[in-house]
Amino acid sequence: MAGLRARRARRQSAFRWTVLAVMGIFFLLPLAAMVEFTTRGDSGTWSLLADWPKLSETYPDLADGIVASLGQALLTALLMLVLLVPTAIWVRLRLPGLRPLVEFICLLPLTIPAIVLVVGLAPVYAWVNYFLGGSSLTLTFAYTILVLPYAYRAIDAGLSAIDVRTLAEAARGLGASWFTVMARVVLPNIRSAVLSAAFLTVALVLGEFTIASLLNRTNLQVAINLLGKSSATMSVAVSLAALILAFVLLLLLSLFGDRRKASR
Amino acid sequence: MNGVAVHLNDLRRTFGAVHALDGLDLHIEPGELIALLGPSGCGKTTALRILAGLEDADSGRVLVGGKDITGLPANRRDMGMVFQAYSLFPHLTALENVQFGLKLRRRAGGDRAAAMLDLVGISEHAGRYPHQLSGGQQQRVALARALAIEPQVLLLDEPLSALDAKVRVQLRDEIRRIQTEVGTTTLFVTHDQEEALAIADRVGVMRSGRLEQLAAPAEVYLRPASAFVADFVGLSNRLPGHVDGDTVTVLGTRLPLVKPATGGPQVTALVRPEAVGVVPDPDGPARVLSTAFLGPTSRVTVEAGDSIVVAQVSGELLASLSAGSPVRLELRPVPVSLDD
Amino acid sequence: MATVLDGPELAAPVPPVRAPRGRLRLNQLRSLLGTLPFFAYVTVFLVIPTLVVAIGAFAGDGGFTLANVSALGDSYVLDAFGRSILLSAVTALIGAVLGAVLAYALATARPGGLLRRVVTAASGVLAQFGGVTLAFAFIATIGLSGFVTVFLRDNLGVDIYSGGVWLFELPGLVLVYTYFQIPLMVIVFLPALDGIRPQWREATESLGGSTWQYWTKVAGPLLAPAFLGSTLLLFANAFSAYATAAALVSQGNPIVPLQIRSALTSEVVLGQQNLGKAMALGMVVVVAVVMTLYALLQKRTARWLG
Repeated sequence: MAGLRARRARRQSAFRWTVLAVMGIFFLLPLAAMVEFTTRGDSGTWSLLADWPKLSETYPDLADGIVASLGQALLTALLMLVLLVPTAIWVRLRLPGLRPLVEFICLLPLTIPAIVLVVGLAPVYAWVNYFLGGSSLTLTFAYTILVLPYAYRAIDAGLSAIDVRTLAEAARGLGASWFTVMARVVLPNIRSAVLSAAFLTVALVLGEFTIASLLNRTNLQVAINLLGKSSATMSVAVSLAALILAFVLLLLLSLFGDRRKASR
Repeated sequence: MNGVAVHLNDLRRTFGAVHALDGLDLHIEPGELIALLGPSGCGKTTALRILAGLEDADSGRVLVGGKDITGLPANRRDMGMVFQAYSLFPHLTALENVQFGLKLRRRAGGDRAAAMLDLVGISEHAGRYPHQLSGGQQQRVALARALAIEPQVLLLDEPLSALDAKVRVQLRDEIRRIQTEVGTTTLFVTHDQEEALAIADRVGVMRSGRLEQLAAPAEVYLRPASAFVADFVGLSNRLPGHVDGDTVTVLGTRLPLVKPATGGPQVTALVRPEAVGVVPDPDGPARVLSTAFLGPTSRVTVEAGDSIVVAQVSGELLASLSAGSPVRLELRPVPVSLDD
Repeated sequence: MATVLDGPELAAPVPPVRAPRGRLRLNQLRSLLGTLPFFAYVTVFLVIPTLVVAIGAFAGDGGFTLANVSALGDSYVLDAFGRSILLSAVTALIGAVLGAVLAYALATARPGGLLRRVVTAASGVLAQFGGVTLAFAFIATIGLSGFVTVFLRDNLGVDIYSGGVWLFELPGLVLVYTYFQIPLMVIVFLPALDGIRPQWREATESLGGSTWQYWTKVAGPLLAPAFLGSTLLLFANAFSAYATAAALVSQGNPIVPLQIRSALTSEVVLGQQNLGKAMALGMVVVVAVVMTLYALLQKRTARWLG
């Protein structure tokens, strides 16, 4: 048989694999190069990276940066959740007219580049310094703004997937207080959305450089950049480790998303 | 315009282990409308898509007007196709959609496109985009677009199944009117038996990639060639019977057989609800289980011995029946099929 | 559950519908109170900074001035904007074309298949992969002692830097930005490709159209808004990027974000701070215009391919 359709499918498949092979090389090459670069002549870079006491002794700045970043990621995720989740639920339940405004505000940071935000944040942080000191953890405030669009979209998608109003009305009809409605009825139903928002936040904060660097604070990325001037191998190794961590986080996230869809 | 004859010869097509088409032979007369009817997965859509050139057959031949077009790509086959839904180009208006095929043929087509929209009764919406049209209107435009290129064959792939019941009936009758008017040879695929019976010159009932029966609608309904056809086309009671020569005795009544029995004497006969008469009778052996008022003809469910029998009765008779009424059943002597 | 609550009296249960006006307003006020923390927070950390930029751009020693904004006309600022726009446009175009090709390759694969899931998940990660780590990845690859550089020099005798070390300048930024632009394109363009229905291709074929005619008359026009919109998004993405350039560029401040950095950190010239704000405002204007166009195109795409 002529098999016109089969021939087209074969052509498409050949095209697909060619494209994927070429792109695959382009995207995997830098990652492979990082591995090669950090294992060249085997200077013990990776074993040092795994040995925390020795690492913090050899590269105290790097250790400070790692600790600072982990603290920032944790605090930002917490602050984001405390600020955003109740507000998003509350607005849906009681103030639907306010939703466009909240959405606009949450998505606003997308149109404000981080470098611009820093310019405006400088005077605000003068006050933060005055009240709370110059700790790197205070970056949490700026980062919460930075992750707002991504976290909002994740949580909003979760809320759209369930009928918040009906759930709340059912619970209220059974005598639940508003707090019970939010904490024990709505929240358990958007668990995976909240988890997505938290994962995204952690991944974004671990990759942040602009604000930390220009407000003279430290975090992982600032430390890597600093380290690059003295020990290129170590900075590439830490970059790769950070990248793999982010990769795992976001991969978990996408798997979570898939499972949620599959169960519906 | 005169239609052309279409021959599908011994078409075979497998998807993995599934035989979508298992040696399908189908002959469509010039200008005829054939409805392919069957449950999902019976191969009816595959047959239509092979005729359209949108799918390859593993073996077999397709002839249109005596010419073998088996190896011809879809865009050189000259077939008008109407899909189930969403086939209109969303960036073009209704009129531009209809003009599309004409422009590909380098024909101006303004007048013809407008005339086609008029034919399907939608000229007042010519300037609208598909998303501004209802589902029924969209399918009308799709029909106009398919007919505008004056195709040799018109192919309709469940064109009504995404529509509301009322629009479905209306558009069905209109498709029939238009098809008769232009006289294009047409293949209509559907899983709705009422639709197939109402629209077609002949109905082809398909099962597992083969034709079970190809005959005029009344023939398919009244003299189903197999139990499968009897079951799929219309509702049937399955009642125990006893074969004796070329008759079968069901509920004490001797009925003729559509075709001679092949197995033993104990059989299951398929009896249409409208072949069952219900007579109120204080001494009747049967009892009414339930009644349902459905308009001019209504339905009664009766318990007769070990069997549950569904009968179609007039609305008047229904009024005199209620659950528990004693009745007697009388079967009309129309030919019946046996379950094989 | 829905049937129980279908009654009209339960449609808006808690604030009683026929409450007296005063009580209703009180109720609303109390509801508003619940959003207070959120609005207070975004006021301090988002609205005030935005105002600081907007007002600061027009503020001088003695109040209102257009000096900062007119300083945007200085040749070095204009050049920086020009280079920023060029860099963003070039990487957006390269990213959009290559990303669209990759997305198309994925769209023709099996919808729920492993290949598609792996590549889209990887794209999600790589699109976010910017900044310092990306700069170091490329230094390890094609830096002076990078893997590829050394390999080419030792094995093929090719010196990719014979014409100067371009990695730490604008051409280097183009290459490095492409690395996150392509995956971003895959993520934003794939949904549009998925919106293309197979019926459209089949309808075109049955109406006598060739593959070429399908692409130029049907798929092309349908995808054009989505493609253009995605390209704009990529433009804004590159235009806003700072960290990669900051880590990579060693000399001078070729693009606007780096100019802003120097204005922020400069303590030599007074008034530089406000020039920084004017440049920041300029960036916001460019990004806002681009994103508005993006939103408009996105709306059209949603209507056609939603």
